Formats: sequence, structure tokens, C-alpha cells
Amino acid sequence: MANTTNLDPTKTLHEIEEKFEMFQILNEEGKIVNEAAMPDLTDDELVELMSRMVYTRILDQRSISLNRQGRLGFYAPTAGQEASQLASQFALEKADWILPGYRDVPQIVWHGLPLEKAFLFSRGHFVGNQVPEGVNVLAPQIIIGAQYIQTAGVALGLQKRGEKAVAVTYTGDGGSSQGDFYEGINFAGAFKSPAIFIVQNNQFAISTPRELQTAAKTIAQKGIAAGLPSVLVDGMDALAVYAVTKQARERAINGEGPTFIETMCYRYGPHTMAGDDPTRYRTSDIDSEWAKKDPLVRFRKFLEDKGLWTEEKENEVIERAKEEIKVAIKKADATPKQKVTELMDNMYKGDMPFNLKEQYEIYKEKESK
Amino acid sequence: MAQMTMIQAITDALRTELKNDENVLVFGEDVGVNGGVFRATDGLQKEFGVDRVFDTPLAESGIGGLAIGLSLTGFRPVPEIQFFGFVFEVMDSISGQLARMSYRSGGVYNAPVTIRSPFGGGVHTPEMHSDSLESLMTAQPGLTVVVPSTPYDAKGLLISSIRDDNPVIFLEHLKLYRSFREEVPEEEYTIPLGKADVKREGKDLTIIAYGLMVHESLKAAEELEKEGHAVEVIDLRTIQPLDIETIIASVKKTGRAIVVQEAQKQAGIAANVVAEITERAILHLEAPVLRVAAPDTVYPFPQAESVWLPNFKDVMETAKKVLEF
Repeated sequence: MANTTNLDPTKTLHEIEEKFEMFQILNEEGKIVNEAAMPDLTDDELVELMSRMVYTRILDQRSISLNRQGRLGFYAPTAGQEASQLASQFALEKADWILPGYRDVPQIVWHGLPLEKAFLFSRGHFVGNQVPEGVNVLAPQIIIGAQYIQTAGVALGLQKRGEKAVAVTYTGDGGSSQGDFYEGINFAGAFKSPAIFIVQNNQFAISTPRELQTAAKTIAQKGIAAGLPSVLVDGMDALAVYAVTKQARERAINGEGPTFIETMCYRYGPHTMAGDDPTRYRTSDIDSEWAKKDPLVRFRKFLEDKGLWTEEKENEVIERAKEEIKVAIKKADATPKQKVTELMDNMYKGDMPFNLKEQYEIYKEKESK
Repeated sequence: MAQMTMIQAITDALRTELKNDENVLVFGEDVGVNGGVFRATDGLQKEFGVDRVFDTPLAESGIGGLAIGLSLTGFRPVPEIQFFGFVFEVMDSISGQLARMSYRSGGVYNAPVTIRSPFGGGVHTPEMHSDSLESLMTAQPGLTVVVPSTPYDAKGLLISSIRDDNPVIFLEHLKLYRSFREEVPEEEYTIPLGKADVKREGKDLTIIAYGLMVHESLKAAEELEKEGHAVEVIDLRTIQPLDIETIIASVKKTGRAIVVQEAQKQAGIAANVVAEITERAILHLEAPVLRVAAPDTVYPFPQAESVWLPNFKDVMETAKKVLEF
């Protein structure tokens, strides 16, 4: 059948997809490939960012090991995503809100959640979710996509309050298939709210490869559907992630609305520690290909070339991390066990409803024995 | 005092709270310049501005997320879900998120959100507009569920709901929006949540109802009186938590009870009421507690509403079974 129109929707699609080049500043060898885009970071800040990435890699190793010993519960490994997680958080201010997914514990820890609380979250204790006053984070969200629509709401709230702050949220590549993912970015776009939506594309949603989520060539281009400025960034490059998040934050607080960011990254470990075995769905070839892109390796080289980082310095961070983790686990161990009456106390602000009041008395009696 | 329909009383309550508390925000699909598909928010955007009363994109889930996020930044959101049949789109935001906000944060955050939504049959709406889905809400710990049946109750209960620091689901029966007028004070007043109201006193039988079924029960009570039966009618007003005290006191007095709902028998909250009575007053019962409810089918095609929906005749029939047991 002959073409009856001169439209070429395939060409339109390809033209859009071609626009999404991966933004990178630091290559795998730790060399600057985009001098013009270099973020304005002091030497101290560069060192701090590296320290946090090293610390978080150790936190991941220790968390996996503590989980295997049964001293932690639910845990979603983070190794490989340090640039994506920590360089984006590093671009934020204290007033900013973080709405994390279940893998995004490091961001809320660096935003002010005490480590022992992160461990209590893992174990399943309400004290872990009691974030300290002034730390603008929510507990890790288990329902994939819910954090996106809630972020649109927090951002609208900040906008209405006239605050110079943003709401930042994270999901994974699989999460970009959810309805709430799209509704979240679309609402923030329609209200022109100060939100930053980050998709950490770590290539797999449990065992399902990124290609099975969507025919879209990039996830970044999904932002276009909501009318959001959208970026594809090398998620293994701390400087690039920092630069795009910082720029998104500035746009947001200047009233220019939300930004959508896809960070291309990888998780070295399993999906979670609840029995997932990545060798069933990942080849060692893919693993070693991504190992070459390790965010720590390239940032280390970059800092060493500038004379800002040494093995000694790195070991100091490692020792500090191990020590603080040990202390935090002890604090978590010392947290009193949960009582049913406490769970009831937390259900409502103010008076309990009749049914709960009755049950409260029953459990108070049981607990007094 | 003014004569108001229930919809006018609702608008009046919203206006009262928008005026009282600058954190109150009203939003949803077509609630702004249009004043809502039933005029519940008529004139509010004009009076309070687009920052306080605003339209949203057409996405219930997003509206739920918006409410949660706004409450985290200190606002007191009063979102609207255009018809409660659309709640399935926003079930996670309500039951998975809002209801759990205080608990999951160990009391650090709370969610002072009131979700308004119309429901209910008898007006030949298209599919998924009239379904009684309140039991989806009452089954979720963390939610309070309110169903007013009169203009007076609607205003006082809505003001209380908005002021409550926890999430409240406020369900407005479509057939009651404009079916009658009632004296409603122009000044502000509240009605406590979780408190039922004895709409008619009697000593022979207790009829427990909510929503449109309150009026069907009152009509049935009148008819039964002609036959010599003094019937007490309790309007639950809040269906979660239940006002156990009022229910049990009445049942202990009359010794006989029925529970009347518009929802299907396998849905609604009648079974909860029966269970509570059985647990707390079985020795006072002269007869089993029977239920009036709709058949366990999907909500009827519009033309079948009249044969499907429970009405005062069904209430009378069931009442007589219990009276003559």
C-alpha cells in the first residue's frame, strides 16, 4: 500500500532520540573530557565527595556482610551507584527534600539520617523511620513510583511556601514503566514545580533487562512526554551527575520548573539480599565491562592526578567508615524492642479511635505481665 | 440559620475552613473555575484565589500524591475524587500511603488530608459512578470514614474532618446532594467524628443505617409505626470507627436490630456492625441481627437500579422478620 501522507513519524522519533547524547565530564581513565562543563567545586569539596563515595562503598560491603550474619534485614546493594546517588545528593542543600526509593538509603544518610536509624530501617523497627527534626527526607519507599507523585506534591508545597528549595526523588529503570512515574513528572511539569526526578538506570529491574521495560531508546526521552527538560548523564561519573543535578536545582529554585535526569549506571551486587542471584540473568562479560566504568576508580585517578588523594587518605576513610558502622550497629542493637502499644501510639496524631483505644488496653495489660 | 441543601452545606463548610486556615487547599478535577461537577466548590476559587482552590491534571493517583506531598510541607489538603468509583486509580496513595504516614514515620509525619468524593445510586449515572466502595476504606487502619446523610451533619462533619490531623475519607451521596433542604447554622460548628446520631427514638427495634439508607429507614420506621412498632433509627455518620456506645445502648434497649446499607451484602460495613453487636450484646437479643443490603452483583446498569437498590420496602420486610422472629 502506498503512503498516503508525507508524514514520517519514524523520522520524528529518531530525531528526538538522536538528541539524547550521554553527558560526561570524566572518562573511564579519570580524564576531563568536557572542560567547559566542569562544576565549580573546591578541592575540599572534591575530596569530601570522594570520601563519601568510598565510605558508601564500604557501607555496602559491610551491610551485605551484616545481612549475611543476620544482623541486618532488608538490604538493596548500592555498589556501583555511588556517583549517581551521592554526587546528586551532594548538589543539594539542607532545605531540600529527598523522597528516596528502597535502594536510596545512602542519599538520606548523607542528608542527615543517623546511620543506626538506617540499620533499624533495614531490620524493620519504627525508630529507624523517625527522621530527626529538620532532616527533610522520607523513609525509603517500597511502592515503586509512589515517591514520584509525592515529590510533585512536596515540590508544589515548597513553591507555595516560596521556599528556595527543591524536592528530589529517585527510581530505577524498571520504575519508569509505572503509571505513577509518568503522573509524577507530568504533574510537576503542569504546575512548574521545583522538582528533580532521577531515574537510576542500573540496567536491570531484578532480572528484567532495561530493553524489556520499553522500546524507547533512552529513559531520558520519557521526560519529553511531560514537557520536562531532560538529560541523559553518565551515572558512573560523579562530576557529570553533580553538574546536571546542580543545574536542575538552580533552574528549579529560579522558578523554571522540574528537570528529568537519567543516570546510566550499574549495580555490581544482586537486586536485594533476599535470595536474588544475578548470575541467573547477567553474564560475567557485562559485569566486567561495567567494572571498568567504576565511579570510584575514575574519580580516584582524577583526584590523584590533581594531588588531592592518596592511598593513605583512602584508608583513613575506610577505617572511619568501619568504626562508625560498628558503633551504629551497636546503637541499633541497644534500641528497645517494639511493643504493640507503641505501634498503636503511632497510628494517629491526637486521640486514638474507639477500636484502637480498646485494643490498647488489652495489649497494655499483656505487656505488663 | 439558612435553608440549605447538602451540597450548599458542603460548600459552606469548605468556605468556612478556607477562611479559617490558610493551609487549607482545595483541588481536584474541575473544582476551580468550574466550581466542581456538582457545584460543591462553586465560587470558592473566585473568593480565595487560584493558589488555594485549583484544578489538576486528570489523574487520581497524581492527585493523591499531590495531597501527600502538600501535607508534608504543612498544608491541609482537601482533594476531590470526582466519583468514588475512580478510587481504584488512587488506592495506593490512600491505603498504601496516606493511611500509613503517621505509623511508618513513627509519628514524625502526619497526614491531615480530607478526601471528598461523591458516590451512591438512584440517579442513573453511567458505569463506576455510584458504587458503594466504603468498605475498601474502612478495612484500612489509619483512615476515618465519614458518610453524612443531612445538610446539617454534612457541614459539621466536614469541618471536623478538615480539622482532623489524620486522613479522613468524606463520602457524599449523590442522591442526597439536592434532595431536600434543612436548617443549617451560618456560623461554624463541628460534629465529632466517630459519633452516631439517633435520628428517631423507639423501643421495639433498632435500625442502623448510613447515607441514603438513613432516609429509607426513617420512611420505613414511619410505616411501621402505623402498624404499632416503635422503631429507633441510628445514623452512623462515621462508619470507621463505629460509635459502639450508641449502637449497643440502643440494642440493649430494644433487643432487636437490623443493619441497612446500600452496598452489596458482601461489601459495606453491615457485617462489622452485626459482629460488634454479637460480641457485646448477644444476651440482650430477642432475635438475630439481620441485614438489608444489595445483591452481590456488580452495581446495576442504570435502568436496573430501581429493582436492585435496597429501599424502605426492603427495610420494612427485614424489620418485620426480626420483629416477628
